[in-house]
Amino acid sequence: MAIPKSSRGVVSEWLFTADHKKIGLMYIVYSLLFLVIMGIEAILMRIQLAHPHASFMSPQAFNRLFTLHGTTGVFFVAMPILFGFGNYLVPLMIGARDMAFPRLNAFSFWMTAFGGFVLYASFFAGGSFLQGGSAPDVGWFAYAPLTSTTYSPGHSTDYWTLSILLAGVGSVGGAVNFIATILCMRCPGMTLGRMPLLAWMNLVMGGLVLVTISPLTAAQIMLMVDRYMSGHFFDTAAGGSVVMWMHFFWIFGHPEVYVLIIPCFAFVSEIVPVFSRKAMFGYPAMVAASVGIGFVSLGVWAHHMYTVGMPSYGNAFFVLTTMIVGVPTGIKIFNWLATMWGGKIRFATPMLFCTGFLFQFLIAGLTGIMLATAPFDWQLSNSYFVVAHFHYVIVGGILFTIFAAFYYWFPKMTGRMLNETLGKWHFWIMVIGFHLTFDFMHIPGLLGMPRRVYTYEPGRGWETWNLLSSIGVVFQAAAVLIFVYNMIQSYFKGAPAGNDPWDAWTLEWATTSPPPDYNFAAIPEVRSRRPLWDIKHPEDPDWKYE
Amino acid sequence: MSAIPAAMAANEAPWKLPSRGRVGMLSLIIAESAIFTIFVAAYILYIGKSISGPTPRQILSVPIFITVCLLSSSLTMHWAVAALRKGKTGSFALFWFATLALGAIFLIGTGREWHHLISQEDFTIQTNLFGTTYYSLVGLHASHVLVGLIALAIVMILALLGKVKCEHWERCEVLSLYWHFVDAVWVVVFTVVYGLGR
Amino acid sequence: MQIVGLKLWQKCGLWLFILLFCTVTITLAAPLRHAISPTNIFAPDSTPAHSIYRLSIFLLEVTGAIFVIVFSLLAYAVIKFRKRKHDDDSEPPQVYGSNQMELAWTVLPVLIVVVLFVSTAQVIHRVQDAKAPDRAVSVTAVAHQFWWEYRYSQFGLVTANELHVPVSDSKNPTPTYLALLSADVDHTFWVPRLAGKTDLIPNHPNTMWIDPQETGLFLGQCGQYCGTQHAKMLLRVYVQSREDFDRWVREQQQPANSDPSVAAGQALFVTKACFACHTIRGTIAAGKVGPDLTHLMSRDTIASGALPNTPENLRQWVHNPNAIKPGSLMPVPDLSDQELGQVTAYLLTLH
Ligand code: HEA
Ligand code: HEA
Ligand code: HEC
Ligand code: CUA
Ligand SMILES: [Cu+2]
Repeated sequence: MAIPKSSRGVVSEWLFTADHKKIGLMYIVYSLLFLVIMGIEAILMRIQLAHPHASFMSPQAFNRLFTLHGTTGVFFVAMPILFGFGNYLVPLMIGARDMAFPRLNAFSFWMTAFGGFVLYASFFAGGSFLQGGSAPDVGWFAYAPLTSTTYSPGHSTDYWTLSILLAGVGSVGGAVNFIATILCMRCPGMTLGRMPLLAWMNLVMGGLVLVTISPLTAAQIMLMVDRYMSGHFFDTAAGGSVVMWMHFFWIFGHPEVYVLIIPCFAFVSEIVPVFSRKAMFGYPAMVAASVGIGFVSLGVWAHHMYTVGMPSYGNAFFVLTTMIVGVPTGIKIFNWLATMWGGKIRFATPMLFCTGFLFQFLIAGLTGIMLATAPFDWQLSNSYFVVAHFHYVIVGGILFTIFAAFYYWFPKMTGRMLNETLGKWHFWIMVIGFHLTFDFMHIPGLLGMPRRVYTYEPGRGWETWNLLSSIGVVFQAAAVLIFVYNMIQSYFKGAPAGNDPWDAWTLEWATTSPPPDYNFAAIPEVRSRRPLWDIKHPEDPDWKYE
Repeated sequence: MSAIPAAMAANEAPWKLPSRGRVGMLSLIIAESAIFTIFVAAYILYIGKSISGPTPRQILSVPIFITVCLLSSSLTMHWAVAALRKGKTGSFALFWFATLALGAIFLIGTGREWHHLISQEDFTIQTNLFGTTYYSLVGLHASHVLVGLIALAIVMILALLGKVKCEHWERCEVLSLYWHFVDAVWVVVFTVVYGLGR
Repeated sequence: MQIVGLKLWQKCGLWLFILLFCTVTITLAAPLRHAISPTNIFAPDSTPAHSIYRLSIFLLEVTGAIFVIVFSLLAYAVIKFRKRKHDDDSEPPQVYGSNQMELAWTVLPVLIVVVLFVSTAQVIHRVQDAKAPDRAVSVTAVAHQFWWEYRYSQFGLVTANELHVPVSDSKNPTPTYLALLSADVDHTFWVPRLAGKTDLIPNHPNTMWIDPQETGLFLGQCGQYCGTQHAKMLLRVYVQSREDFDRWVREQQQPANSDPSVAAGQALFVTKACFACHTIRGTIAAGKVGPDLTHLMSRDTIASGALPNTPENLRQWVHNPNAIKPGSLMPVPDLSDQELGQVTAYLLTLH
């Protein structure tokens, strides 16, 4: 292929870059692409589920869609987008010139990226494309023994395992980098107690990734031993236990959801103070709560397994630990509220999305508490109530804060503001779509509708709710389209942002937008948690109070 | 407002941060420990669960010699790094080589054990649950030894070329952390496979 | 920063509030209405389901209260502290934290957690550790991809897809204890009005119990993704009076009818390999892969509740199971039209 010289330069500049900002942007763009793909998968599923006994698609196709939708969502949308923001922001916010290991950083990104390509290569690996090719169809937690060669012949499950394994290596590499960067690259004066909360929470996230992705990797290796070498880890005929897979998966799977939400807490903790014009309320408590959530979340995994027949004391133990997580999470919610309290809140788009997050995450957390109650969960587990719960957290929590982060940091990344009017449209249509889809999903769950069914029986009181859910997706898709349009339009034509459009207080706003390759002309020195506040208010600097 | 004024208070201690090499390696070790934990847990939970033979008692013999080799390689490794720190590149190379050799003996020992099991006892990863867990756990460890040996060998070559100097002692120490970790894991694997499991 | 489109914000805020209000009322009111759905978890009819129901109402009250409080605080903050047009650009007073308040919102949730945990633990114990009385009926349920096998070893009978149990009155309880096994992958037994769900896992036997207090048909379906046709692995539990139940047991204990007029169909059942997978007691058919067909016609549905058991449906099913339940593990039999008629005629005699 003949690529013109100049564009060859641009391509290789990005392909071989080790600059944390470029890698961060690549992570972000890559995840947005997958967001649209997994969103289209969701749209297709919702079309099939709009009516009972629909025949829009075959059961095989549906099963592939939810497997890919879930796997993509967790591993190739949420994880990489958060890693992307972390990559971009952490060095800037701690006043460093790059991540600790730039080349490892590039390696991690490409591993993750490659994982996603492997997953979707399955579509083209034989079988009819419209039926999903030979895409995996075992669900995103891939319970044994459905994944064994007996019940999943062919290679569909192999694509799944391999892609997760690759993405896992990428994530661990990224986490090592985050930890080393945050601990070893801070600018002078930035003690641990003065780090922006975003850095703290990325540190906790990094630590969680180390201890949770690794068990997943181990479990994937075992599954591969079973599949490729006829091993017996999950072979019940040889005395193996399939419950063991469940434990290993959820030892990863539960902390994983906190891996996802903690960086989102970080966004909220940066955005809410700036738009309320107040310092973060209870910084030490926020740090302690994040670390606390990290630790406690390691001991709650079996709340996904209340129905597998654990002894009653086992169930009770996990009820207790799971509910305890609510306490530090509550501390955070209250601290954010207290930060808003007495402020002068500017409802620019980032703050709107954060407010939406606060509201929705509250509900999501409370439905989480219902699920944590083992007996209630015996009814709700694997029903649409669970689907509603986790989309409330993942879409209403994670996706909303990611949108907030986009509106907040896009000016820094590109030098141009996102359009506020379009932003408001984006927000409100998203809110409507989100609530239409996911509020009504709770109800069929309470009325006995299990998840992962490609169709359902009429006459069980589920029809209306499913139809409403499906209608909601149209709004969500419209909102995402507005957002994508806004980004493209603003990238070229947006109002110039200047260094510090939000009148904010952390170090990334002290350099140009977009920042130069070396981030800072001179490495900054700080004396407080809000270095820019100190400069803007020399009469009343923060360090007097810390 | 491109530079933040140096507003450091006079009473603050000089700015010092941990070395990123060490922090990175420790993070990696934490991740690796989590992987091993899962494999060890699986091994322990499956002790005695095989439906068919053979059992560990029938075919495993305790590999004392190679264990001693591997464990003493930690010691030589330690001496090597200490020597380099003092700038004694000669004794560094010697101890480094000893480490490499001891590690290689260990790996060869494992290879011979496997060869014996597969060709004489007809015992493979497919034989039964015990076979699956045994080869996976010991194999996972052996693969870590292998990676370590490759890294050691690279440094060895550099040392022979005279490229390893006193100022590299910290990097070598980071590598030694990995090697000590691999040794420590063997203690666990050894206890579980040849102690508990037998 | 000016807020663009305050009007829009107010309009949409109202919209949102109406939407929310409807959602909340519907969520709370609709499910509570009895029998709005045959699988409504808020219409319990058996002790385990009842215990869960009571706990869940308590939980909804507690979480509802938390929601109302925190939501009000949020709404108040959003309305009261938003920046007004005429506000100057000065910064509001900076507050860095407050130990008392933070302590308060740590301790209060801890107390709530304690209360929730204690009430939950009691219900877990009551449901899970209940001892089976001697009069209990015990049934072994074996899940297959994608149908249910029920073994009543007590009565020496095996049936499929439709579980029959006696009603249990509170003075003289006759609960049914289910031993749960799986022949292949993970499944879950879930009949919401009778009990919470419990998994059927290969090599990991589980148990659960129900004591339905009313006669009638109770519906449910497999609750764990188990492969292509997980969606059509439906559950039907027939709760009968003791007399009806005993009569049903006696009928099921009989070997299959053998009606000479359908001998051709019976022969085809063997030559076309049906017998390799299906059992018809009293004949040489003793397959274990598919459902027991000895008393096929005593069932209301076929293919695990996917279809009403009518002659036409039966014929359709045997003609091409994959057209009705794509991915089901019954192969498409190689039968001519005439043979199809004969086999169906034979099946229709299996009362
Ligand atoms: C980012 C994602 C995320 C987050 C943050 C959470 C948060 C929580 N989740 Fe959720 N969960 C998922 C993602 C997430 N979850 C996913 C993806 C699944 C499904 C996986 C699958 O099966 O595919 C799932 C499934 C799931 C289950 C299993 C259901 C089942 O399959 O049977 C349970 C059960 O306990 C549960 C509980 C909780 C709890 C208790 C919290 C808590 O962290 C919530 C804490 C928050 C609050 C409680 C609100 C704020 C607190 C206060 C206002 C203080 C006062 C409150 C109290 C004292 C109660 N979740
Ligand atoms: C990051 C995680 C994430 C995200 C963002 C989402 C987003 C959405 N999810 Fe997803 N979901 C999961 C993670 C996620 N989900 C997981 C883990 C599972 C479990 C899987 C399993 O069971 O194994 C699941 C399962 C799941 C199910 C249950 C399937 C089943 O059990 O049978 C459903 C059903 O409605 C669903 C719907 C949706 C919808 C409507 C959205 C919407 O919010 C999506 C909105 C986005 C868009 C709409 C994209 C925008 C599209 C465009 C801009 C293109 C426009 C083009 C056209 C209109 C042609 N999801
Ligand atoms: C390879 C095994 C196999 C063979 C051969 C087979 N079946 Fe089946 N059959 C099944 C399975 C499995 C089911 C359950 C399907 C389901 O519900 O998912 C079934 C279900 C049925 C049912 C419905 C039973 C019920 O109660 O729901 C009937 C009737 C039936 N088979 C008849 C036949 C006849 C007639 C033949 C031969 C022409 C035959 N089967 C051959 C495996 C087999
Ligand atoms: Cu059986 Cu789902
Ligand atoms: Cu969880």
